[in-house]
Amino acid sequence: MKNVSPLKKTLLYFFLFVGVIVSVFPFYWMFVGATNPSGEIFKVPPNFFPGTHGWENFKNLNENVGIIRVLGNSLLITLTFTALAAIICTAAGYAFAKFQFKGRNQIFFMLLVAIMIPYHVTLIPLFEIFSNVGWLNTFQAVILPQAAYPFAIFLMRQNMQAIPDSLLEAARVDGAGEFHIFFRIVLPVMRPALAAVGIFLFMFQWNNFIWPLVVLQSQDMYTLPVALSSLVGMSRIDYGQVMMGTTLSTLPIMIFFLLLQKQFISGILGGSVKE
Amino acid sequence: MSQTNAEPAKSNEPKKRKRWITPKNVPYLFILPAVTFFLIFTVYPVISSLLLSFQKREGSGYVFAGLENYIRLFQDGLFYKALGNTFLILLIQVPIQLFLAVIIAVALNSQLVKMKSFFRIAFFMPAITALVASSIIFMIMLDENYGLVNYLLSFVGVEPIAWLSDPFWAKVALMVAITWRWTGYNMVIFLAGLQNIPGSLYEAAEMDGASKLKQFFYITIPQLKPIFLFTFVLSTIGTLQLFDEPYILTEGGPNNSTLTITLYLYQNGFRYFDFGYASAIAYVLVLIIGVLSWAQMKWAGEDK
Repeated sequence: MKNVSPLKKTLLYFFLFVGVIVSVFPFYWMFVGATNPSGEIFKVPPNFFPGTHGWENFKNLNENVGIIRVLGNSLLITLTFTALAAIICTAAGYAFAKFQFKGRNQIFFMLLVAIMIPYHVTLIPLFEIFSNVGWLNTFQAVILPQAAYPFAIFLMRQNMQAIPDSLLEAARVDGAGEFHIFFRIVLPVMRPALAAVGIFLFMFQWNNFIWPLVVLQSQDMYTLPVALSSLVGMSRIDYGQVMMGTTLSTLPIMIFFLLLQKQFISGILGGSVKE
Repeated sequence: MSQTNAEPAKSNEPKKRKRWITPKNVPYLFILPAVTFFLIFTVYPVISSLLLSFQKREGSGYVFAGLENYIRLFQDGLFYKALGNTFLILLIQVPIQLFLAVIIAVALNSQLVKMKSFFRIAFFMPAITALVASSIIFMIMLDENYGLVNYLLSFVGVEPIAWLSDPFWAKVALMVAITWRWTGYNMVIFLAGLQNIPGSLYEAAEMDGASKLKQFFYITIPQLKPIFLFTFVLSTIGTLQLFDEPYILTEGGPNNSTLTITLYLYQNGFRYFDFGYASAIAYVLVLIIGVLSWAQMKWAGEDK
């Protein structure tokens, strides 16, 4: 390699480090806010360091919006949704990738069209459906509508195409049933793809906002994003509490992200980047 | 199956068990849950919403109203405002974000840079936050009187900026928050694209004496074209559906300067419960996304 001027290298690193600070600092600020009394980050000059008021903020937040319950709601909804959607989308993706059947291409084309349709078009009829069956303000109303997530089906189909037909045929010759093949052969081979799609689905539901906002009506049913938005809507905002709530919604994801960066990145990007 | 049919099969001994689930019918079983969900929660709502957009409420029910909602929409100043705001963000924020993403990706891809995975993780970090959470953090940092950003700006002699209460700055604040959230996301996509460009192209250019800048414009940018298109389509669809950020950050204000199409849809649907009108807004959104996606695909296809 040619020798590069040290100045150029320094500038490059300077540029990157400024970018890193801009990207990461808001997280630090959130943490500072969450561990200090409400006024501290709003002083001039502000307090730049984490404090010891975190537990206090958490207790107040729990009194205010029942954050423990809200966390539980979010977790229950997100995990149930992820499991349900993963199984539905994987099964469908498998059928589209590995079988010939009547109507396959037509149905698949409809799914592709559905990817382009904004989810907001369905909000009002969905609201009416759930209102008619008396399921407003329930968890199933949040979980069910997106369980057949078209993009996840598409992703699973793409991944499933890599499974050699000979593997499936060999299993059939050995007398394995179709469900046995799916659960015992296909799913284990697909583990990396399942992890990525699972993360994608999990992140979608954990962060899902507009639909839960519409359909969840009482505080005891709120998910994290809805509870957070209700905090911000209050006339007197306690910023320590708000930042604690924001931290609670971000920190678990951040830990998982740092542990499983590669799967996370390809999961969040919906498989558009192959590692 | 009837008893009489099953009996003789059994007497043949278990040698060949009759399977009811065969490779021929099993794909239908595998798609059945997805198709059922899809019909109930997507196809039906999409059609129902189209029908609703031609109806209006009368008493406790809805009656056919022809094009009334659409006519009202085309005379609605607020709708034009929402449309204008959304497109302004699309035209300004999306190019800035993609430009930043490309520059960072190119810098990270440089052989001079070590600790690549550290940088990649750091830049990607904002993409893991909930939009609601990132909007709240920006709302607090951009507070007019006590926010951190104004405090830091005061050191370089900038007067406090009314980030969230001035119509112009509120738009800027919204764009800043969106750019923070999505630049790293796009950067990673570009980075993957860069790694697929064959090194031989650069070696050849190097031998011909092309400068680094020339290489960037004549090799990197053209080679990244499909990635540009992909990220542009993603960002376009995302921007047209912008909701969480303006809802939290500004609630569409001040004076509707950050009202977006989806926010207006939400307000009409779930604040005024005018389902017919909200559905008409939704369908205009579908139309816009359809036309733009078609145009972008066509533009991409023609160039090949």
